[in-house]
Amino acid sequence: MNAPVDMRTQSAGINQGIIDCDIHPYPKAGGLNAYLSERWRRHLAEYGKFNCGPYADRGTYPRFSPNTSRRDAWPPSGGAPGSDVNFIRSQLLDPYNIAYGVLEPLLGGNSSRNLDEAAALCTAMNDWQAHEFVDPEPRLRASILIPTDDPDASIEEIDKRAGDWRFAQIQLGSKTSEPLGRRRYWPIFAAAQANNLSIGLHIGGTQSSAPSAGGWPQFYIEDHHVLVHSMQNQAASMILEGVFDAFPNLKIVLIEGGFAWAPQLAWRLDAHWAKMRDEAPIKRKPSEYMRTNLWFATQPVEEPERPDDLRQVFDWIGWDRMVYSSDYPHWDFDDPHLAFRFQMTEDEKRMLFRDNALDVYTFR
Amino acid sequence: MTIDCDIHPGVPDIHALLPYMNDFWQESFIARGLDGFDMMSYPLNAPITCRPDWRVKGERPGASLDRMRSQALDTFGIDTAICNPLTGGQVAVSESMGAAICSAVNDWVREHWLDKEPRLRASIVVPAQAPLLAAEEIDRCAGDTRFVQVLMPVACEMMLGRSYYWPIWEAASRHGMPIGIHAGSMHRYAPTSTGWTSHHLHDYVAHSQTFEDQLLSLISNGVFNKFPSLKFVLLESGVTWLPGFIWRAVKTWRGVRAEVPWVNRSPADIIRDNIRLTIQPFDAPDRDAVERIVEQIDADHMLLFASDYPHWQFEGDAIIPPGLSADLQQKMRVDNPLETYSHLKETVQ
Repeated sequence: MNAPVDMRTQSAGINQGIIDCDIHPYPKAGGLNAYLSERWRRHLAEYGKFNCGPYADRGTYPRFSPNTSRRDAWPPSGGAPGSDVNFIRSQLLDPYNIAYGVLEPLLGGNSSRNLDEAAALCTAMNDWQAHEFVDPEPRLRASILIPTDDPDASIEEIDKRAGDWRFAQIQLGSKTSEPLGRRRYWPIFAAAQANNLSIGLHIGGTQSSAPSAGGWPQFYIEDHHVLVHSMQNQAASMILEGVFDAFPNLKIVLIEGGFAWAPQLAWRLDAHWAKMRDEAPIKRKPSEYMRTNLWFATQPVEEPERPDDLRQVFDWIGWDRMVYSSDYPHWDFDDPHLAFRFQMTEDEKRMLFRDNALDVYTFR
Repeated sequence: MTIDCDIHPGVPDIHALLPYMNDFWQESFIARGLDGFDMMSYPLNAPITCRPDWRVKGERPGASLDRMRSQALDTFGIDTAICNPLTGGQVAVSESMGAAICSAVNDWVREHWLDKEPRLRASIVVPAQAPLLAAEEIDRCAGDTRFVQVLMPVACEMMLGRSYYWPIWEAASRHGMPIGIHAGSMHRYAPTSTGWTSHHLHDYVAHSQTFEDQLLSLISNGVFNKFPSLKFVLLESGVTWLPGFIWRAVKTWRGVRAEVPWVNRSPADIIRDNIRLTIQPFDAPDRDAVERIVEQIDADHMLLFASDYPHWQFEGDAIIPPGLSADLQQKMRVDNPLETYSHLKETVQ
């Protein structure tokens, strides 16, 4: 965020274009209505989205800029940041030479306590992404949103979208009602693997559990950081429950959780699994699954006191696991020219900014 | 000389603690038939709770002073060790019952461990469920300088920065004691922000994240503005999580520090000044990782030697992770503990 310009890498030299795994689209005012039935339009108008939290129409933790966004991301045409496909094109896709950008809607569709409402919202948001973003701008690709707590409806939605070129992945929130490794979610993993679709685990989701084992932080500065721990726990849960033994080809991308925590998680899991492996009898060491089934979207890139320490972290995780993400239009956007304050080889740049994402996602 | 900052005497069942309780609580525990208050975080027979070659069938891990002497103090050349009792009193839902058990444990430790073995010191176990009672317990015990710190579990009823807990921090500060935050949970909330996990192993691994959450809470709520010299010792938190955590905390602070304007120093500086960590477990796979992490922490004064006996963290005599320099070892065995624990400085040397 505060990187000196003279230390930048020449990452945009990837001449075929880079891949951005995290772009947030927002609807224009009332923009989802066209994709909802009369019953659900009325329901949402009267009751609102029924999420876990103290407020009827906003999140628990007040953010730090309007719409959590960059000040310059408000489209000249009006509407919210991320709502104008032309402005996304001129502010993000063209200047950064983005070949593909994966849409990650954060509209609480999959975290409603009302499962029918969740299913209706997910279906609407899937249609909305495809029609209003991907159709006019095919460099953008949609995420399949699913009502995670309803496996049958989730499978139905996955089956409906799996053959549609406009969808690149299945998206889940990083906070779910139960840890993701638990069996209730396995039908979703089976459908993802069967359709060769990766699952993007985006930071956020339901607030059905406190943000910490110690309770509720008081400030956004805490919650923003503490959210990352949902990523660690979903990774640990899926590994220890044997999800990757059952679904060896399942691909999970951890999005907007940073990554500097990943080596430590691998080491700590390995160290204590060595003593308690009879409790979680998985086939391989926990760290080995992190090297075969998990990918890490980089934003927000951690900023070590010595920039080269970040290269060490890449080396520990493995360069083939890293994919670039910008988080446009949010305030903590990572500019591909500025976010990585250490030198990379051309091969490393190609892996980070393009090739790894091509391995993970279904771009057709 | 070597000072062990985390050793665990096995706290007995309630029956053995009754002599240290008043008539009301003696009658309550007996008439109600209550016992079995051992913590879920350390099941007595689980691998984490006792290294296999230290386990004696039918005996609570850490229950025997003779075995603590032969298996830990003598074996590892420990001249001074700080006892951190883990007790159900720390996690009881009842404020007064929790306080009764904690007080009994403190008196029991004094009689059965401190009085019998001059190498031992102890932490004051307090009921964090009841900060005012906890402060009273600190005042009651602190006159005996063999008590060197205040001990709490890492996951309590509220985030530890909240003003609710400040009476505990005030009492500890007044007596010049650090707060020891130990792995372990009251389980008032799910062990992870994604819910209740299926495995004890996962709960244990997730603890290092709860330590991170609590550091953010202490810093953001201005605890170190109010108590600038108060130190928190993170006991059994692991070590390798620290650099990545600092990087992220500093980045977030640069972005949104206007939300907490009283945090007018970098979290990295506050952490290096006010936070200490024990070195077992370290959670690194090899010498190279240990060396890199120590470089990244860049604060040799933060690390404290610990065996974590009888918990199972290392094999044989490998109590020191490979890759720690002789200079750093000297600091964490002697200099850092003496600088952290003012009561130790008065009674050791």
